Amino acid sequence: MVGLLALLVAFILYPVLRVLWISLSDDQGDFTLLHFLNFFRRPLFREALWNTLWSGALVVFFSALMALPLAYVLARYEFRGKLLLQTAATLPLVIPPFVGAVAMQLILGRSGMVNLILMRWLDAPIPFMEGLAGVVLVQTLHFFPFILLNTMVSLANVDASLEEAAQNLGCHGFRLFRRVTLPLMMPGFIAGALLTFIRAIDDLGTPLMLNYKNLLAPQAYLRITTIGMDDVDGYVVCVVLVLLSLASLFAARKYLSLAEYATLQSAAPVRRRLRGKALPFVWLLIGLILLISLLPHIGILLLSFSKIWSFTILPTTYTMGHYSEILFRVPHFVLNTLRYMVLAAAFDVVLGTIIAFLLLRSRVPGRNLLDVIATMPLAIPGVVLAVGYLRVFHGWDFPGAGGPLTSSWFILVIAYTMRRLPYTVRACYAAFQQVHISLEEAAQNLGANRWRTFVKITLPMIAGGLVAGGLIAFITSCVELSSTIMLVPRIELGPIAYGIYLYMQSPLGRGAGAALGVVAILLVSLGTYLTYRIFGGRAGSAFRI
Amino acid sequence: MKSAAVRFDKIGKRYGAQWVVRDINLHIEAGEFFTFLGPSGCGKTTLLRIVAGFVAPDEGVVFLDDAAVNDVPAWRRDVGMVFQNYALWPHMTVFENVAFGLRERKLSRSEIDSRVGKALQQVELNGVERRRPSQLSGGQQQRVALARTLVIQPRVLLLDEPLSNLDAKLRVEMRLELLKLQGRLGLTTIYVTHDQEEALAMSTRIAVINQGHVAQEGTPREIYEHPANDFVAGFVGQSNILPGTILSIERNRATIELADGPATEVSTAAPRASAQPGDAVLLGIRPEALHVTERRTTGDGLNQIEGMILASAYQGGSVEYEIAALGKTIKARIANSKGKSLFQRGDKIIVAFAAEDVTFIPAKSAE
Repeated sequence: MVGLLALLVAFILYPVLRVLWISLSDDQGDFTLLHFLNFFRRPLFREALWNTLWSGALVVFFSALMALPLAYVLARYEFRGKLLLQTAATLPLVIPPFVGAVAMQLILGRSGMVNLILMRWLDAPIPFMEGLAGVVLVQTLHFFPFILLNTMVSLANVDASLEEAAQNLGCHGFRLFRRVTLPLMMPGFIAGALLTFIRAIDDLGTPLMLNYKNLLAPQAYLRITTIGMDDVDGYVVCVVLVLLSLASLFAARKYLSLAEYATLQSAAPVRRRLRGKALPFVWLLIGLILLISLLPHIGILLLSFSKIWSFTILPTTYTMGHYSEILFRVPHFVLNTLRYMVLAAAFDVVLGTIIAFLLLRSRVPGRNLLDVIATMPLAIPGVVLAVGYLRVFHGWDFPGAGGPLTSSWFILVIAYTMRRLPYTVRACYAAFQQVHISLEEAAQNLGANRWRTFVKITLPMIAGGLVAGGLIAFITSCVELSSTIMLVPRIELGPIAYGIYLYMQSPLGRGAGAALGVVAILLVSLGTYLTYRIFGGRAGSAFRI
Repeated sequence: MKSAAVRFDKIGKRYGAQWVVRDINLHIEAGEFFTFLGPSGCGKTTLLRIVAGFVAPDEGVVFLDDAAVNDVPAWRRDVGMVFQNYALWPHMTVFENVAFGLRERKLSRSEIDSRVGKALQQVELNGVERRRPSQLSGGQQQRVALARTLVIQPRVLLLDEPLSNLDAKLRVEMRLELLKLQGRLGLTTIYVTHDQEEALAMSTRIAVINQGHVAQEGTPREIYEHPANDFVAGFVGQSNILPGTILSIERNRATIELADGPATEVSTAAPRASAQPGDAVLLGIRPEALHVTERRTTGDGLNQIEGMILASAYQGGSVEYEIAALGKTIKARIANSKGKSLFQRGDKIIVAFAAEDVTFIPAKSAE
């Protein structure tokens, strides 16, 4: 227990507090607010803050616009093609946002597919992907499933009788929706919106890929990497990012506690068959969503096979060369990824199981503190954690690594483990909850000691949940760029995400980068598929708060 | 609003080819406490939902007083329904839940305040206005659901197994309270339950529903004492059902030869007028109508059957015996008093009953 707590404090709490302290102290180590005052005095930072808030809000707004009608249709109606729509709507989750960014450049960029087609009629390209608009577009397409999945869960938990009771008392139509249905789906919507917002402001890869730097995350990254570890401004930006995440969590807490309640009863949701005139409309919607969600996938796939693709609608020459490059010439990106992900997932499952066990089955003092610290990474942007690690561990020799921890690949595994810990803890917690304590007591009553009870009764029953928890860590670490990009000690130790970032820096490397992107998509798809196989309908919890 | 009468006229509802209810004709008077009693899946809840307007009948017409309401949407019917799971909205406080229907009716704020207060008082639930439903006990949630319905002064009150989620003791208390409240308001009430004891205790009239049809309609006493068929006899209370043939009928006495076991004749009150000697009949005898004695008493030996105790269950106020007799298992419930000797498993005994306690059940009627 003490060891576990120490581990979490060392790798979650302390690095963040260190960042906080640096931003709040002067050269002599005394407390000062001067750095923050400076932050707000600099127009550059003020603008970055404003842009971050504004783009985050826009992403949430447009995601909601896409997700809410879809969620309502999917949760309330039965119709042919529903499964297709449901699958299509989760496809964006399997593509890392920064990979999507590259693909969207090819399709919607200045000289992308769409503009090349439109230029036959228009004089100038439409700047879909320029500046903040590009970031918002890419992030919206990537994050809207968070809102969709969460809202659907809320809607599915609305028992039919709750609406019937309102009708019985004289309420119907839009009023019924506004007074009863809408408030009941709010918890899910808010959870999804919160997740979207936090992920969007944390997203470093998309702005970097689109070369838009005037947001907080890229500012923190640029400060630390170009000016250096000692530049206080970088730390201040980090703290502001954390504060934004915390503030949004705080603002949403009322709804999150409601969400718990709403799922207490087992519900018989309203389900209607969709027929007749509405059906073609829905199919049109399916087609549109499918097209939009698949755009990045199509773009990246084309790019990975293209030898020459510039100023043409489709590539002019195709090749398999990019795949041989990343699989045979420089296979370490893929191999590193597999090694890091498997290790991080394994650590997460072990930690998650122990934490969940302590939370649910023990009375150890301090277990609530454990819970709080293990949940914190939800609100800590990857950039911030990485900065904290660099600061705390750069002078710290890792036993066996023959150098500071920050020069070892192991720092990446630790970062991934901690970043995804909240999700795994949650999955393990849910798995434990399914095992009623009386099942364990029955085993003990029949003579099994605690350990044998755990091995013979509990473990078999929670195994599925644990594997799913590990898969969630695996999938999400795969596409993690914000902490990766800062922590990779040497190029040959980088995972796929880093490789893509490197390749994409030069026009010549784009093909190989895209091929790596396809590999990432395949890995995530496989993980997602397996999660759904194990979790069934509850797989959505992987993407929930 | 004035309490309304409810009339079902040849109501039928099917899902696909399967009729859930069919050919339902019932007239429920204004102010009545009417119960649909039946096993789960018999269609009783469907009937309730037809009145509420959540289910549109495929056949027949529902009337509230003299107006057909088939085409009136649920939100204009003014029939208050209390749902089995209460259906309290978790995002609203108790006050907001109860005020909901009044706000829909666009009443003034002061009117709403006073009527909500009164409704909560009616169900003896003051001081919880600001809480959320999740902070209330099951019994309190039940009262909120009731207040939410009563506050709109509905013309009919529909109760869908409202007590089934409460524990046994609370259920009996709420039963009495509901009854008092209903009597005070004079409100037409349709009550759905599968609990025959509840139905007998509360209703002015009962319709026993079986497989989508009305198996019997009548007052609790009629239903219990003169079940119209073997289903009702078995479902409402327990009954020992004995098949037999009428040997003779003389004035107000009949002699029946029982079909099972050794040849046995019993004498009963006269069956209905149309019965003829030679007719097959079913006799129903309630467990509490049986007497168990060690040996035959005086007289002709009629209505005395030999048996053997299979099992006995002491229940405080009474003892329940399972008795092997006439080649089947018969149940008897004997009132208990201190000092009275009890029979043990294996005891040979005589089961006796009075001619008046035998009920004729039309043999396998209806379905």
